[in-house]
Amino acid sequence: MSVPIRPLLHARGISKFFPGAVALDAVELKLNPGEVHALLGENGAGKSTLIKCLTGAYRRDGGTVTLDGQDVSPASTNEAQALGIGTVYQEVNLLPNLTVAENLFLGRQMTRFGLVRRRAMNARARAVLEDYGLSIDPAEPLTSYSVAVQQVVAIARAVEMSGKVLILDEPTASLDRDEVQLVFGVIRRLKARGLAIVFVTHFLDQVFEICDRATILRNGRVVGERLLEAVRPDDIVTLMLGRQLEARVQARRSGPGGEVLVELEGLGRRGMLEPVSLSIRAGEVVGLAGLLGSGRTELATLLFGAVAADSGTVRKRGRALRLARPRDAIAARFALCPEDRKTHGIVADLSVRDNILLALQARQGWMRPVPRARVNEIAEHYRRALDIRAASLDMPIRLLSGGNQQKALLARWLATRPDLLILDEPTRGIDVGAHAEIIALIERLREEGMALLIASSELEELVAYSSRVVVLRDRRQVGALEGSRITPDNIIGAIAAQTPQTPQEVPA
Amino acid sequence: MISQTTPSVFKRVLPQLVILAVVLACNLAVFPGFFALSVHDGRVFGNLVDVLNRGAPVALLCIGMTLVIATRGIDLSVGAVMAIAGAVAASVLAGGQGWGTALLGALAAGLLCGLWNGVLVAVLRIQPIVATLVLMVAGRGIAQLITEGTILTFLDPGMIRLGAGTVLGLPTPIWIWIGLGALVITVVRRSALGMLIEAIGINEAASRLAGINSRVLLICVYGVTGFCAALAGVIVAADIKGADANNAGLWLELDAILAVVIGGNSLLGGRFSILASLLGALIIQSVNAFILLSGLPPEFNLIIKAVLILAILVIQSPKVGHALYMLRAGGLPLGGRTKARSPLTSKEEKAQ
Amino acid sequence: MIRATHLPLLVTLLTFVLAYALCAAQYPAMLSSRVIANLLTDNAFLGIVAVGMTFVILSGGIDLSVGSVIAFTGVFLAVVLRDSAMPPLLAFALALLIATAFGAAMGAIIHYLEMPPFIVTLAGMFLARGAAYVLSTESVPIDNALYDTLQALYIRAPGGGRFRLIGGIMLAVFLAGALVLHRTRLGQNVYALGGGVATARLMGVPLARTTIAIYAISGGLAGLAGIVFSLYTSAGYSLATVGVELDAIAAVVIGGTLLSGGYGYVAGTFFGILIMGLIQTYIVFDGTLSSWWTKIVIGALLFAFILLQKGLTWATTSRRKVLSGSAAPS
Repeated sequence: MSVPIRPLLHARGISKFFPGAVALDAVELKLNPGEVHALLGENGAGKSTLIKCLTGAYRRDGGTVTLDGQDVSPASTNEAQALGIGTVYQEVNLLPNLTVAENLFLGRQMTRFGLVRRRAMNARARAVLEDYGLSIDPAEPLTSYSVAVQQVVAIARAVEMSGKVLILDEPTASLDRDEVQLVFGVIRRLKARGLAIVFVTHFLDQVFEICDRATILRNGRVVGERLLEAVRPDDIVTLMLGRQLEARVQARRSGPGGEVLVELEGLGRRGMLEPVSLSIRAGEVVGLAGLLGSGRTELATLLFGAVAADSGTVRKRGRALRLARPRDAIAARFALCPEDRKTHGIVADLSVRDNILLALQARQGWMRPVPRARVNEIAEHYRRALDIRAASLDMPIRLLSGGNQQKALLARWLATRPDLLILDEPTRGIDVGAHAEIIALIERLREEGMALLIASSELEELVAYSSRVVVLRDRRQVGALEGSRITPDNIIGAIAAQTPQTPQEVPA
Repeated sequence: MISQTTPSVFKRVLPQLVILAVVLACNLAVFPGFFALSVHDGRVFGNLVDVLNRGAPVALLCIGMTLVIATRGIDLSVGAVMAIAGAVAASVLAGGQGWGTALLGALAAGLLCGLWNGVLVAVLRIQPIVATLVLMVAGRGIAQLITEGTILTFLDPGMIRLGAGTVLGLPTPIWIWIGLGALVITVVRRSALGMLIEAIGINEAASRLAGINSRVLLICVYGVTGFCAALAGVIVAADIKGADANNAGLWLELDAILAVVIGGNSLLGGRFSILASLLGALIIQSVNAFILLSGLPPEFNLIIKAVLILAILVIQSPKVGHALYMLRAGGLPLGGRTKARSPLTSKEEKAQ
Repeated sequence: MIRATHLPLLVTLLTFVLAYALCAAQYPAMLSSRVIANLLTDNAFLGIVAVGMTFVILSGGIDLSVGSVIAFTGVFLAVVLRDSAMPPLLAFALALLIATAFGAAMGAIIHYLEMPPFIVTLAGMFLARGAAYVLSTESVPIDNALYDTLQALYIRAPGGGRFRLIGGIMLAVFLAGALVLHRTRLGQNVYALGGGVATARLMGVPLARTTIAIYAISGGLAGLAGIVFSLYTSAGYSLATVGVELDAIAAVVIGGTLLSGGYGYVAGTFFGILIMGLIQTYIVFDGTLSSWWTKIVIGALLFAFILLQKGLTWATTSRRKVLSGSAAPS
């Protein structure tokens, strides 16, 4: 049904370059009035860059945006707002120390003789919010209401100030089921009012529930625009995750592995991850599949003790472990390369050498410095073994490319000779060469008898090296695949299933 | 420890050495006899000796302050801790104990104050500037409580020697600050301490994930700072042969912070150099000497300090740093983290 | 309607009432209008400067320069009135202008150079104190007809208390401060800055203008406090009011304002000032207690309020932390 409605907002050929990377490559986005449009893609696909280009937070390097038939190029979020493009972010972007009404009217308060008319403002706020289905006291502090209500207030503010296009950047990421319905109710009202709404989320069920149309991005390109009535979830997941790696990844799948090394029994934390049970054998790779926000990273975080679990046990070779801090996990010879390399991985201003040594040195304690000769030996060894390309090991690690930073982080943990290596998105945002090397390394480590737990959104990769794949969705374990059943299609099926599949038994 | 080789240390402190040389040259210009040394009764006299001697309290303070600032913290209480330590030493002496006991008591008091700050920062997670403000406000009261409001004088020759005596012809305080400075530099750089402290200051989340016990390290760092402040307090008290709870170490915390900043250490934490901070302390003292010798009214002292701070601020400013970086594409490590970042991202980073 | 954000203010109020009741129970004379009048007069300059400090701290900053600015203003007035024929009112206006411009300049440096307020205002502290020294190192007495007139202005209350002009000025400043903070757009922007700079920017708060205005207000009020202080002492002395910035910060925090910004009320600061004045008055009345107890008690109160605030912040954010589920907030 290609009705020739003029789109309310039409972005054509949008390009954005960052030093050494193309973030957006001639992207097109068409938003019709009265339509909810999903913007989909894994991390790094270019969603947030595209949004920032539309809202004026970034200057686009190419392309045109027309709004109501007029060419626009906002230079700031305020300008975009004045033009009619409002945005609501995942983290509620309101001020927690102000009241609901103050948040709603900040910068455009009603005044008389220069004084803010609080009473009138509260009354007006109450009326506005009732339009959004909220009957709350706007004189209360924002934080006395749930995140969902705060999110609706943020939407109300954005719509009141702009009124044509509303961009919702993962507004439901930290909401529970009922709260999501509250937000969806508001979205439906706005849709009926004729707004064009962009909805970014990682929850596919929500996409199918609320959206009419979807644009899917991968690696800075549009890989498809679909009318959602006409497609199945599998197709969308396939588009999002892609299959371009198929030919390249050539790892041999492992056998069943050796003795059971680590067992998780009901490991979870309220509001973060529902209890997960699985076991990992020495010399095998267990994959964690699921979309972003499915609980992959949360599982890694809990297992490493970075956040303490509030239920379940972890046993290593049958002995229960207490994992309250990363130090406990390190003492048990666990290692974690985190997803967010920049904030949780590298220590930017320290040298490559110090970064490699950090975990080993932390475990030994400051009193027993690793002797300089040994330090050089270790750093040199890993520089050669992992082919870390740095002009000098003394240069700050922040000057290295993403792939080389990742290899240095791997070196940091390999230097501690771990029994269990947890890798969270080990190949994200790194170049093709480094990518292949890291996959080869995973294979080598497994053959040497190490146990690995790897979370990744690259399905082909998971299929290539995992002997088992655990599938997570909505922060819950929803399935497990083994042996020849591990195929991209089966994983996609498990991720996209609307109703939870009968979980496959996990061999204990 | 690891990446410290002699040339890189020299390169790191080069700006401070240059500034010091310039200030000393100015001194020489207004007072040709500035470098002259003479020996009477086995004791060396001269303006240079005075600079080293008078600079002792700030030099001692900035040893600890450098470490605290490297962890992204700050310690406002060191001046008050000096007063407390001096008061403890004087009251122990007044109680008839020997100078050794008095010294130990003072150092223990300083250590305790430091640990208190450390617990507030590391365990209760109170911002350092707020946490140490408590002791800054209450500390002088505590010191007065100990001395009961009087200037508690003493005549113990052992104690007085710590402030006014000489060892091998040079005043004792010089030996003390050089000794402690060398000791701390050695410990920090020969052990892994320096690297771990820097890691915490640069990225505490990543450090924790790498298994660093940041809590214990932070407490230790504040403890060391308290210890240094106590030693400075003892020296000041020994110098005037009494504990003056009101004025001992007054505003010296600011001088110590200034010395650290002049030493090119970023207030945002991270890489640090104690040696550079010590040079910073000497620069401050040389400026003081210059004002004294040049016949400028001592009133200008504060204005010159303010101008110094402002100049260094401008150099350290991320924005100016970025501009310099663009100019030189590489450049000297002047302390400000001269990251190559666009104005936009630097704004974003400030915001967080 | 009692809300969590009001709790520190209530605690402050309760502390004051309790403390005053205890004092009065021990020394009934402390209820006299004379004591109350003196409480206002003696703390007038501190109160005025604390209002400015409330603005600064609410926005998430700090201003260490105010004590020096007070001293500078005092010396400036004394020297100008001694050495020139300038009418005192013009001198007052000039002093206010200088102090306000000084604050605005610090605000501009903080905003445009992206430097921590702590270190910028530290430089300001040195600069203002140094400028005061340069004007005069001696205490300069002020002998001026207008000063005599102003000092003689008071309202006599039953019981012999004399409510003087400077106490009135302080009350007026508190009222004006409360009005600006709670009822104007500027005030809302101050809170917005304290709530989060990044969010405030996204919500369209003019950061540069607000930051400069905040430090200009703090500087200007420090100038006004300097005028009041010179009326109080009839002299200008460059070594006066050392450490007043600390007293002002303490009063703001004891008044229930969160030191990291965003939460607090001008009214709280008023009671913070009264609590600190009360401690001093009590020590005077007691006669056997020594003055240093003031510092210790204020330090202890400071600590108690910091802990209280920490507890409240922790209680309201712990839920969020679980949700975001990341390792340690960076």
